[in-house]
Amino acid sequence: MAVSKRVGLLVTCLVDLVRPSVGFAAARLLEDAGCAVAVPSQTCCGQPAFNAGDRRTARRIAEQVIAVFEPFDYVVVPSGSCAGQVRLHYPEIFQGDPAWQPRADAVADKTFELTQFLVDVCGVTGVASRFSGRATYHDSCSSLRELGVRLQPRKLLASVEGLDLIELADTDVCCGFGGTFCVKYPEISDRMVGKKATAVTATGADLLLAGDLGCLLNIAGKLSRDGSGVTVRHVAEVLAGAVDAPAIGTAPPAVPTPTEAKP
Amino acid sequence: MTRAATSDTFADNARHALADPALQGALAFVETNFPARRRAVVDALPEFEALRDSARDIKAHTLAHLDLYLEAWEARVTEQGGQVHYAPTAADANRIVLDICRAAGARTVSKGKSMVGEEIGINEHLEQHGIVPVETDLGEYIIQIRGEMPSHIIMPAVHLNRHQVAADFRRVHADLPKDRDLDSAAALLNEARATLRRTFLSADVGITGANFLVAETGSSVIVTNEGNGDLTCTLPRVHIVLASIEKLVPTLEDMAQLVRVLARSATAQEMSVYTTITTGPRRAADPDGPHEYHVVIVDNGRSAMLAGEFRDMLRCIRCGACLNHCPVYHAVGGHAYGFVYPGPMGAVLTPSLIGVDRAGALPEASTFCGRCEEVCPVRIPLPRLMRFWRDRAFAQHLPSPVSRAALAAWGFLAARPWLYRGVTGLGTRLLARLGRVRGRFAWLPLAGGFTATRDLAAPQGATFQQQWRQRAASGPERPRPRTVPSGNPHGRGSEPLVAEPRAAPAPAADRPSGRPRPVAVGEPERPRGPEARP
Repeated sequence: MAVSKRVGLLVTCLVDLVRPSVGFAAARLLEDAGCAVAVPSQTCCGQPAFNAGDRRTARRIAEQVIAVFEPFDYVVVPSGSCAGQVRLHYPEIFQGDPAWQPRADAVADKTFELTQFLVDVCGVTGVASRFSGRATYHDSCSSLRELGVRLQPRKLLASVEGLDLIELADTDVCCGFGGTFCVKYPEISDRMVGKKATAVTATGADLLLAGDLGCLLNIAGKLSRDGSGVTVRHVAEVLAGAVDAPAIGTAPPAVPTPTEAKP
Repeated sequence: MTRAATSDTFADNARHALADPALQGALAFVETNFPARRRAVVDALPEFEALRDSARDIKAHTLAHLDLYLEAWEARVTEQGGQVHYAPTAADANRIVLDICRAAGARTVSKGKSMVGEEIGINEHLEQHGIVPVETDLGEYIIQIRGEMPSHIIMPAVHLNRHQVAADFRRVHADLPKDRDLDSAAALLNEARATLRRTFLSADVGITGANFLVAETGSSVIVTNEGNGDLTCTLPRVHIVLASIEKLVPTLEDMAQLVRVLARSATAQEMSVYTTITTGPRRAADPDGPHEYHVVIVDNGRSAMLAGEFRDMLRCIRCGACLNHCPVYHAVGGHAYGFVYPGPMGAVLTPSLIGVDRAGALPEASTFCGRCEEVCPVRIPLPRLMRFWRDRAFAQHLPSPVSRAALAAWGFLAARPWLYRGVTGLGTRLLARLGRVRGRFAWLPLAGGFTATRDLAAPQGATFQQQWRQRAASGPERPRPRTVPSGNPHGRGSEPLVAEPRAAPAPAADRPSGRPRPVAVGEPERPRGPEARP
């Protein structure tokens, strides 16, 4: 077998803190594609500081990410937003810096969103997982517009046995998450996610997938509060067949008493 | 001075807008119709993307040599008997226009649509000095009689429905019979047309804006659909063109290219109904036209933009596509932005005009979704320019102390991985424990705005990095579980701090032999790939 690609998994702060199962699913997909996956010590890509106008903090965190990830052949991110931060905005942060710009550019060039990497770099044409149900897919704005990722997740999902993919209306419209936007302007964000949740429900799908946990937490939170039965997962979970964790924002099925539930 | 603004109360303005059902109905019309119509007309033109590149390059080139083109244009205007007046500020522009009107002995001024006229508040200024300006673009006329700002740069009254307009006409048009039918859009148009016809004939001065100023010919160009602009610039004795410095283009050919992207981007038309090129006052052989032709060229902060990081914004041709595609605009409409330029272009331009201290909320109110940049006919990187304003606001300590403190605390942690791991490790396990029954929170401190209308998913348990390292440390001999351990859906089986797994075991029949784990729906059968180690 050819020498495997050494991949540094930039798991993203949201996956690290809120939904580790996405990180394991991503690692599994990468390993199945023949990559050697490593998880170097990491915190965040720095996007919150960058978008808040705090360039100094954004730069400090970016330096940290670059230094940790530059030894790898590739940096793979289960998020279009964070991948976009590294690919597009790190070179902007270090523009004109003779010491750092070449390093930022080099890391940017080898950073990919997960489905983009699997399809475009590894040449994966399908996955060997099963999931019976009707799903719809939400394109995150950064995946779609910053990275041009649209067909890759659909191509992989089309290979999932039993999965019926129904297209969402207005796939190019933002869900209203926007990082700190959803806290700074919660009413506007809520109106936006309300429209998105309505569009999701209108597809008749019972599962919503996306490649960005930010969007997923936002839309799942709205669907759940509105009493919708649609479940929500990161696309990597379904592609890896790693759906034993409860869907986003749900608890495991209730059991008679906690003691009886112990395996 | 520039017109009064309420951009500093954007958040309150937005809340009111969200609760206004008539406005929401009007905005739904924009959201539903304009992106789809633009898409159709753009798809029908294979060279549209190349035209956008060309449009961007024409504007960028002109801005790079603006001094030369301004000089050339001015020479051509003067040669043809026109007069050029430079107005460094809004106040200068207002004063110059008033002086021209006074010299003409004007009592009534007819006005074509002009966004820079809205920006400098020319109507208010003329009214204060006893001159009656009458807007003749239907949308502008409606907002004028309502005493409002435009809520959109090409459809100023798009926030209204026809019933509201009918009520305004009944209020203002004193001679309107009570039984006059105003139920249809056509009836409203006829009523406005009849009223405005009198204005066209009685106006002493006509003021129009300009979509373009053409350097090679000294012409001003307006692109309209109603024809009111033509009457405004040909019937009165004096024609004043109000235009900002970035309206310059080198040649008629350049103008023609820009018109092709403008109409498609703005109204999904291939061409506007009228494209009117005006060059100087009436010549001896002309059948009609004004005796005087003035151009008041307004800077009002644009030279400063030209010299700095906001230069790209001066490419804007005021098509409104960024508004039509903006989900924030769709939610709150134009008036919430508190100034004459709303939406993404307004979020960049308004701070340049009234200061980031007063308009800093506008570039903040974006998810950076990038749909605006995607449709901009001159490829202005609107999200990046909004971020530049956030940089400035942050440098000036404008964000609230609470948000600054939160960002500083987070930044401190994120730059110290060892400390970050400790704090987030404890935090996620605490939250996972608190949220384990429902898997989500209906309320959390510091996330009150979010959780007012949405649930927030609880963390699964230990962080990914903790779990990954524990698995790596458990030894290379034992096969590392390749997903979250089954029967342990929160991935916390090895996390003694957290409660026991809560998932019920799956029926025994579903379990693969030799591996006592429940099989979830969709569990794949697959060959095992190489087992890489972290």
